[in-house]
Amino acid sequence: MSHAPTRLLRILRLLGKEPLLTAGVGLLVLIALFALLGPFVVNVDLAQIGAAMPRQRPSAQYLLGTDVQGRDILATLVLATPQTLKIGFFAGVMGLGLGTTLGLLAGYFRGWTDTVIRTIADVVMTIPGIAVLVLVATNVRSMTVALMAVIVAGLAWMYPTRTIRAQTLSMRERPYVDIARLNGVGGMQLVFTEIFPNLLPYIAASFVTAVSSAMLATIGLEALGLGPQNELTLGMMIFWAQYYGAILRNLWWWWVPPVAMMALIFIGLLMTSTGMDRLVNRRLRVES
Amino acid sequence: MRQASHPGKDKFGGALLEVRDLHVEFATPSGAARAVNGVSFTLQQGMRLGLVGESGSGKSTAVLALMQLIKAPGRISGGRAFLAGDDLLAMTAEQMRQARFSRIALIPQGAMNSLNPVLSVCAQIDDLLTAHGEKTDPGKRRQHVADLLHRVGLPESVADQYPHQLSGGMKQRVCIAMAIALSPQVIIADEPTSALDVIVQKQVMQTLIHAQEEVGAGIILVGHDMGLMAQFAHVVGVMYAGRLVEIAPVHEIFSNPRHPYTRMLISSLPTFTTRKVFRGIPGVAPSIINPTTGCPFHPRCPSAVDRCAVDVPAEEFVAQDHQVRCHFAREGVPTSAIGAAVD
Amino acid sequence: MLAHFSKRLGMTLLVALLAITINFLIPRAMPGDPIEQQLSQLSASSGGNIGDIQAMVQSYRERFGLDKPLWRQYLNYLADVIRGDFGFSLVNYPERVSDVILAGLPWTLALLGASTLISFAIGTLLGGVLAWPGCQPWVKVVGVPVILLSAVPYFILGIVLMFVFALTYPVLPVAGGYSFGFMPAWNWATAVQVAHHAVLPALSIILASIGSWAIAMRGMVISIRGEDYIMLAEAKGLSARRIFFTYGLRNAMLPQLTHLALTLSHIVSGAILVEVIFAYPGIGYRLYQAIHAKDYFVIQGIVLLLSVSIAFTMLVLDLVYPMIDPRIKSTKPS
Repeated sequence: MSHAPTRLLRILRLLGKEPLLTAGVGLLVLIALFALLGPFVVNVDLAQIGAAMPRQRPSAQYLLGTDVQGRDILATLVLATPQTLKIGFFAGVMGLGLGTTLGLLAGYFRGWTDTVIRTIADVVMTIPGIAVLVLVATNVRSMTVALMAVIVAGLAWMYPTRTIRAQTLSMRERPYVDIARLNGVGGMQLVFTEIFPNLLPYIAASFVTAVSSAMLATIGLEALGLGPQNELTLGMMIFWAQYYGAILRNLWWWWVPPVAMMALIFIGLLMTSTGMDRLVNRRLRVES
Repeated sequence: MRQASHPGKDKFGGALLEVRDLHVEFATPSGAARAVNGVSFTLQQGMRLGLVGESGSGKSTAVLALMQLIKAPGRISGGRAFLAGDDLLAMTAEQMRQARFSRIALIPQGAMNSLNPVLSVCAQIDDLLTAHGEKTDPGKRRQHVADLLHRVGLPESVADQYPHQLSGGMKQRVCIAMAIALSPQVIIADEPTSALDVIVQKQVMQTLIHAQEEVGAGIILVGHDMGLMAQFAHVVGVMYAGRLVEIAPVHEIFSNPRHPYTRMLISSLPTFTTRKVFRGIPGVAPSIINPTTGCPFHPRCPSAVDRCAVDVPAEEFVAQDHQVRCHFAREGVPTSAIGAAVD
Repeated sequence: MLAHFSKRLGMTLLVALLAITINFLIPRAMPGDPIEQQLSQLSASSGGNIGDIQAMVQSYRERFGLDKPLWRQYLNYLADVIRGDFGFSLVNYPERVSDVILAGLPWTLALLGASTLISFAIGTLLGGVLAWPGCQPWVKVVGVPVILLSAVPYFILGIVLMFVFALTYPVLPVAGGYSFGFMPAWNWATAVQVAHHAVLPALSIILASIGSWAIAMRGMVISIRGEDYIMLAEAKGLSARRIFFTYGLRNAMLPQLTHLALTLSHIVSGAILVEVIFAYPGIGYRLYQAIHAKDYFVIQGIVLLLSVSIAFTMLVLDLVYPMIDPRIKSTKPS
């Protein structure tokens, strides 16, 4: 087990070399901490309807004010953030899993497998995601967080598939793969022992992209009103705010916190993915 | 080794380009790398100077510096280069821009990739002409382009083609056409034929010579092929680890090489007449970041003695026009451990 | 060349067919009957007894052809779609779906088309400049926030812009395609109204998408900078501007257009949400209205239109590539 700590050390040192990546990851970690520890610090009972006086401006008692139904915005934020992160994370994982598998298969086995997978991915990429999601979502009786994650994952797999496929195609021609093949290592095993480990940086980068697009799709659906009606997510907060005319009625404290939180999440994801891109592609790092 | 007939030294025109003590450095995390370490030479009108050396010897860097084409982290850290009286290294960016290709031109190393893929040949030669102020109407410029193509042996139809439609030799000739377009005084040919096969190589070199004679320019031919130099150069300079270790007229350098490195380079050339065991030159090119003390070649030199590790050899005249940087330039190498027959 | 074109056309048609099929299947695969739901809702909202709902449902089903076997319905659907008949709006019967679409289409095309063109142009130029040596500091200062902005979904930016410029400092209108109570006609006043109302939606799309063009272009141009032809261009003494545009940017344009094709559906999705936020009377907004009214045929019609138009736009872009990059058009060296 002497490998593990040195590996970790190497990864940490790698992170340190790219400030953009560190900033992005740091931001995301902070948000995650907020989501995890928030409920312990803030009184989440205040997120119930009628827990406080409605339409209150931010004050010492209600740090972010209250909405038209008397919920404390800060408490609502604390509850909604982890939900949104959960959808994004699980949708991202599912999308990544599917995308990586398909990409590996297409890139390694080529031929028919590749053509089929690539055509499907291209076709799905053509259809505007929001359109398909809308179609599926309108037909669902009642939406839940879990269901959203699954639906949205359907959008998140295409880009990882492309990336992983491209990398697999180039990697399978490398000498070490040939040697393994000559040593009698068979197809699937080859894929997992020789190619997969070298794909890890690309998988990591694709994960961030997948989570990003999953969150984007989630928020889009929720803003349209197709999100989980009975559960609290950041997108639903914005939807309710718009539904009750918060923007027009100048209840800015209602929509600014979820918008700001979402902006931070997306900016964190962008910095992380750009930072990873630069790490993987050395030349970009040297040039700027 | 067949040697082309060369005019005697008096057949050249006056001194065209005088390079004095050129220094080029590259900043690296481990210190400054001296890619060009005090190189001086003179190019005369009508002369073809060949610069030979292994990869990393600094020959390309030295000539690129003359056109101020060295990019960060490299920089020209010293020296002068007088072209008809003007110091190329001291020119402002705008002066240098105007001088490029109009007074000193370059035929690049990788013609394969040196042409813009999305522009036709005509467009690429044309923008050279317009960049240097040729203001005639497009019709006349097109004529000029066709003319240039003819001079390098290409049909006019090439003008409308794109680089990917041309073969390697044709692309190289397009580059030559561009180099002579403005009748420059000096043409630098940086390994113009490395990527080509021997037959095309000869064609291209002949085109180059022909073009030079038309325009009356001086050529600096950079390469690592001694055989090519023997056929086409008037004067040959040998570079090693950023220094010019020997320079002499071509027949002199082949008949009387004085530097151990030059000898080994020549002896590694196959000939029709001699059967022998060919030795390469053992060892590797030296690091230019932490140069060894003394003569840069001493770790690989079969005739090195203690003194070689300490003192840097200065330039010494062995004969008229023949300079060598070796402690044993005059008296000759102490032991003939090199053991090669020289033509 | 022709072979390439027919292959791409075939692919596009395949996509179109797939989109139609998915469009057809999904609502029918889901539990629940839209007609029944709609009628039940109507009867509930008007207080109960409207008579025999089942009979009404049955007659509507016959009317809409929903009682025939599935494969029959599919073929009918296919035939209808090719003829441009997307059916009727469930909510605003007897308005046809195609009418709804045609009403919103010009608005969306104008907004989306103009915004995409503008942000593509600005973003591409920005990316190129950022990647080129000698980039002025002020460009970086302006460019970095713009790039960060691209992380945010378009409609979020729309909300913020609306708040600042329509409510807090009411410079621009809050919503709609033209002022409430205004009668649009083919005149100058209408044009001004339309432009005025389109500013905020357009700005949301433009500001939020410039960044992604810039990032993509920057990456491309950085790798082009190392190419030999750039070096020779500089050695030739060409002007910096010439090298930047004709030797640098032009070579990066092809991958950039590919990027456009790939992100097209993403842009459209974003634009839809922007229309919703601003109640801008385009396709996106009609889609939103249809979703809330559960007007299934309108939803299907719009979704189908979106998919097919994107597929065809990608085909068109594909045909543009050879014009930009001569390497694609021709075949062998002479």
